[in-house]
Amino acid sequence: MTLPTRDDLIDLVYHEARVIDEGRFDEWLELWAADSYYWMPLDYQQEDPKNMTSLMYEDAFLRKLRVERLKGLRTFSQKPKSRCSHVLNRPSIEVFDEKTGQFVTRTAVHYVETRLDDQFLLAATVHHHFEMVEDELKIKLKRVDLLNCDAAFGNIQLFI
Amino acid sequence: MTMKYKDNPQAVADLVRPAEVHRDLYIDDEVFDLEMKHLFASTWVYVGHESQVPNAGDYFATEVAAQPILLARHTDGEVYVLHNRCPHKGTKIVIDRAGNTGKFFRCPYHAWSFRTNGKLLAIPLKKGYKDTGFEQSEAGQSGLPPVGAVKNYRGFIFVRMKQEGISFEDFFGGSLSSLDNMIDRSPVGKLEVAGPPLRYMHNCNWKMLVDNQTDTCHPMVAHESSAGTAVEIWESLEKDENTKTPMAMEVIAPFMSPYEFFEDMGIRTWPNGHGHTGVHHSIHSDYSAIPGYLEMMEEAYGEERAKAILGENRHNTVYFPNIMIKGPIQQLRVFIPLAANKTLVESYIFRLVGAPEMLLERTAMYNRLINAPTSIVGHDDLEMYERAQEGLHCQELEWVNVQRLYEEGEDLDLEAVENGTTERQMRNQFHAWKKFTVESMEAEARDLADA
Repeated sequence: MTLPTRDDLIDLVYHEARVIDEGRFDEWLELWAADSYYWMPLDYQQEDPKNMTSLMYEDAFLRKLRVERLKGLRTFSQKPKSRCSHVLNRPSIEVFDEKTGQFVTRTAVHYVETRLDDQFLLAATVHHHFEMVEDELKIKLKRVDLLNCDAAFGNIQLFI
Repeated sequence: MTMKYKDNPQAVADLVRPAEVHRDLYIDDEVFDLEMKHLFASTWVYVGHESQVPNAGDYFATEVAAQPILLARHTDGEVYVLHNRCPHKGTKIVIDRAGNTGKFFRCPYHAWSFRTNGKLLAIPLKKGYKDTGFEQSEAGQSGLPPVGAVKNYRGFIFVRMKQEGISFEDFFGGSLSSLDNMIDRSPVGKLEVAGPPLRYMHNCNWKMLVDNQTDTCHPMVAHESSAGTAVEIWESLEKDENTKTPMAMEVIAPFMSPYEFFEDMGIRTWPNGHGHTGVHHSIHSDYSAIPGYLEMMEEAYGEERAKAILGENRHNTVYFPNIMIKGPIQQLRVFIPLAANKTLVESYIFRLVGAPEMLLERTAMYNRLINAPTSIVGHDDLEMYERAQEGLHCQELEWVNVQRLYEEGEDLDLEAVENGTTERQMRNQFHAWKKFTVESMEAEARDLADA
């Protein structure tokens, strides 16, 4: 099995954020392993994604649904479209286990989303869990913990 | 500023016509203040569930009628609903949403303390009030005052802020059958709040959300982009006879059902503004059976009764003025009015005590897919409300129309079942809005005249 380098992990974190910021969402879908989840918990230090409400817990089908919806002619909340910008701290490598193939990074993120005259800022801690799929590094789990996960939000329409 | 509506019950009554309502119901700050003072004070408003305060000393803070309120579990096991305001200087006693205060509340400003039933316990340096007439003052007598009346209905806690007024039973009447059905779906007849609620801020009037709960002509339009796209993607995927429809598709696809589906599902209205969609079937009818659940229900209730409980597929039940429940999936949404153009929506889910956890998994999925600030369904709903909130500022058009399937002489004080695309339930809500707001305003005017 080909193993990733530490830089490969860090590069993929930056690449993913850039792909989202540039609205290249079809490419974004390709960054994921087949059985993978994008998870945004609702509760601080939430353990269970299934039997409690989360803000997002999305498999490949639901991620594709979001991306296809963004292209739709009758996607009213995206007429006009939102734009976003990620500012990332350098990711730290939390797990790099060549034996079990587990690779995890932690990244502090400031996320800005805008539409019409509104713009908001969210701070988050993001954990990426990676796996090698046929010599390619893919995202297995992306966990986004919002600093103010218990606050009341308006629409958050893109991906942190 | 001249007051147009204050002390003028007739002007308020004139805002509601049989099949249209004036835009000031949605955009006028003075009307908002009046509905908080009168409508929300004289009706029964949901505040929380007893499972949020399971132990003595537990509290839960919320708002009713734009006022800070707290629920507290007292040592006698009862849940008390108190005004969250120190009688001394006005400080809110608790500001976190939930916690345990131990044996008493203690104001963080001057250490006045109160029992968990609201009674004044102690004041430091109390001798300073000796011979001052303090015992006759409001602060000396009130403690943390209770709200007008509290009803714990099978764990669901409602309050009436006014001391006097319509009874809980008279206010809700037959509509309690929806709450009963939601609770009876637990084999032991008990629900528990599961985790924190989604909190979704809406820059629109609270009534837009309540209206939308029985608006069956919007899903296939506003949600085409989410539900329609989901159906398209699912249909394009390769499948064979063993392919199981994923839970997410079962949840989201029914939003694309045609008009006939919604026409046939039916709408029932009850007096005082309550009503529900899904009399015959609903978007929740075709969910897959959860293994083992039916057997547990039959064991608990007997075959016939279990079948009757699970045979109900009520879609959205509106408890006027400001909550909606979904019995079949144990969800409750509270539309908390903050201003004429600002509403906080909290969406709670419940665990059916004694039932398989997979039911909760589906409910949690529904909550995040449909009602989260990150939901692609919620996004389009909020878009519509906010566009309406802005659009209503047009001076040229003054009325909001609720005329679909209206018949002259319609009697909203009678329970009725009608075509599922009727706007009768919206008319029912406005009829109740007018009744409770205007009656309270008239009573206040009489009291003032007597004084």
